Amino acid sequence: MAAVAQDTAVSTGRVTRVFIYLVLLLFALFYLLPLYVMGINSVKPLSEITGGNMMALPQVWTLAPWASAWSTAQIGVEPTGLKPYFLNSILMVVPAVAISSIVGALNGYILTKWRFRGDTWVFGLMLFSCFIPFQIVLIPMAVVLGKLGLAGSVPGLILVHVVYGIGFTTLYFRNYYAAFPTELIRAAQIDGAGFFRIFWRILLPVSGPIAVVSVIWQFTNIWNDFLFGASFGGTSQPMTVALNNLVQSSTGVKEYNVHFAGAILAALPTLFVYIVAGRYFVRGLMAGSVKG
Amino acid sequence: MGFLDIRNVTKSYGNVEVLHHVDITVEESEFLVLVGPSGCGKSTLLNMIAGLEAISSGEIAIKGRVVNNVHASKRNIAMVFQSYALYPNMTVGQNMTFGLEMHGVPKPERERALADVAKLLQIDHLVDRKPGQLSGGQRQRVAMGRALVRNPDVFLFDEPLSNLDAKLRVDMRTEIKKLHQKLRTTIVYVTHDQIEAMTLSTRIAVMNKGYVQQLGTPKEIYDTPANIFVATFMGSPAMNILPARVVVEGGRPHARIADAEGVARLLPFSQANLAGWEGREILLGIRPEAITDPEGADRKSANIVPLTNRVSVTEPAGSDTYVTMTLSGKDVIARMRADASVEPGQVFDFAVNMEKAVAFDPQTEERIKA
Ligand SMILES: Nc1ncnc2c1ncn2[C@@H]1O[C@H](COP(=O)(O)OP(=O)(O)OP(=O)(O)O)[C@@H](O)[C@H]1O
Ligand SMILES: [Mg+2]
Repeated sequence: MAAVAQDTAVSTGRVTRVFIYLVLLLFALFYLLPLYVMGINSVKPLSEITGGNMMALPQVWTLAPWASAWSTAQIGVEPTGLKPYFLNSILMVVPAVAISSIVGALNGYILTKWRFRGDTWVFGLMLFSCFIPFQIVLIPMAVVLGKLGLAGSVPGLILVHVVYGIGFTTLYFRNYYAAFPTELIRAAQIDGAGFFRIFWRILLPVSGPIAVVSVIWQFTNIWNDFLFGASFGGTSQPMTVALNNLVQSSTGVKEYNVHFAGAILAALPTLFVYIVAGRYFVRGLMAGSVKG
Repeated sequence: MGFLDIRNVTKSYGNVEVLHHVDITVEESEFLVLVGPSGCGKSTLLNMIAGLEAISSGEIAIKGRVVNNVHASKRNIAMVFQSYALYPNMTVGQNMTFGLEMHGVPKPERERALADVAKLLQIDHLVDRKPGQLSGGQRQRVAMGRALVRNPDVFLFDEPLSNLDAKLRVDMRTEIKKLHQKLRTTIVYVTHDQIEAMTLSTRIAVMNKGYVQQLGTPKEIYDTPANIFVATFMGSPAMNILPARVVVEGGRPHARIADAEGVARLLPFSQANLAGWEGREILLGIRPEAITDPEGADRKSANIVPLTNRVSVTEPAGSDTYVTMTLSGKDVIARMRADASVEPGQVFDFAVNMEKAVAFDPQTEERIKA
């Protein structure tokens, strides 16, 4: 893998190289600009923003907007800050990511190694579910959640995201496991390992890269979801909905610095997941495409 | 009743029958080789013995116990796969003891078994490595070690040498043979390489299109092939098959063939019963090594027949020289000593060992039994 990363197809002269780096640097700066604006404005008093230059560094550095966004800002009618919603999001995203990834891995395992009559149809339908827009499932989902008594709760949101995510996670794991030699499964069967033992001892230990892909994908999607949160969140709304309520509130002055701080708070967990797991991400997506 | 009994076993996928009424009995410490061309059902049969494929009809019994409904792990068999199928995340040692662990064997015992087998196969210095860090030959040994550790009743091998290069394949072949002679284990071994089949086996089952064509010792298979398929599949270069007419002269049946110039020649058969075929067409089968120069002819044979014919091609192959000629309109290959002086275009005096010749019924392609 390392060798592949270093291997460049064309060799370049020094001048072209400097030029390439310059262009890349420019693009990087351009993409980082919004983050810069958010960052510096979140540590300024409000007066500096309304009265001055958005791009300038703060004259007075303050963490008050962060504190406010976290624990005292007005969200809707309650002055709770984003803290309880952040907690809701965590309580929702962790089990939802875990469950959908595990179910996806099991599905992939079964669809490739314990094939049954009509399995391609099952997989086809799951694949189809990846293409269903969110909006279409809103009403049926509301009915189901109501019937299950899960409407407006964190478990309800977990269910929604798990159901919606399984199509994707199954796709990832199925394609990954399809390249896994079936003879290994047979060898393990002869060795006396059962269904779950084979999964646990043989398959999962080599599933790292694709598990990372699944986790990143699910985490960012579920964390950033607004529609399901707003529709089914009820009293346990996730971070995204709260952020919207914070920013869109029509009463009082618009506290831009608090809004910026809140927006960064909302983006931090996905950023964290990308940085921690990101280097496996590309590896996982590429897995199977190049034999190594 | 044998050690491993395959009784009237068939296999169907949907309504396609890929194995038809297979009957094979394997005795204890036998080395049975299943050989045949690609797609003939060797792996399918092996997988049914292993319990990896369901048996559509018939019975398989190991040590007298019918195992049709016994799970693969409870049949007390071990299998070596073509791809070796080593668990990539485990070390060599863990790979070899995984089966014992799954069967609840306590750790000290596992360690002891591992040490014994690793020593036997000379892989004791590799036990802490991962399969990815091994060469092909070493992986092959580990795969065999994993099977040996279990001390099973029957070993199943599915083309275990086909992923190795030619030299290593010959070495490992010898090693497997030695191992079998030392341990006297019962082995069913699948290959499509007829040389592997001949050298390793105590008995061979030649398969084609889902049928067992012939079951017998290597010598039986080679000398008295049941039909033209077996005759031409086993042996390299393949047995020469040429049309001939049976004529009886002096009370003895002869094969009448035509030489390169179209002149009729008579080759006396050793099988007296072929007189019953007088005047009829047969297919004459002669192995290349049964056609030689007179000095190279088998001295023990009681039926060496001289045959003068024109040589069309010679192919020196180091140890032997292959000579091609035309008989009854077919290309026929003769195997000469390397120092026999034969030139293309030359009219040469050959010696045919008719004791080794076989005759086939052209309709059924079955050998005409003596
Ligand atoms: N799952 C399956 N469904 C349908 N037909 C199958 C299936 N598996 C095998 N077959 C057929 O059964 C026949 C025997 O296959 P098998 O794998 O036993 O051949 P083989 O003798 O091992 O060949 P090779 O030397 O190429 O490994 C083949 O014609 C194959 O197409
Ligand atoms: Mg096969």
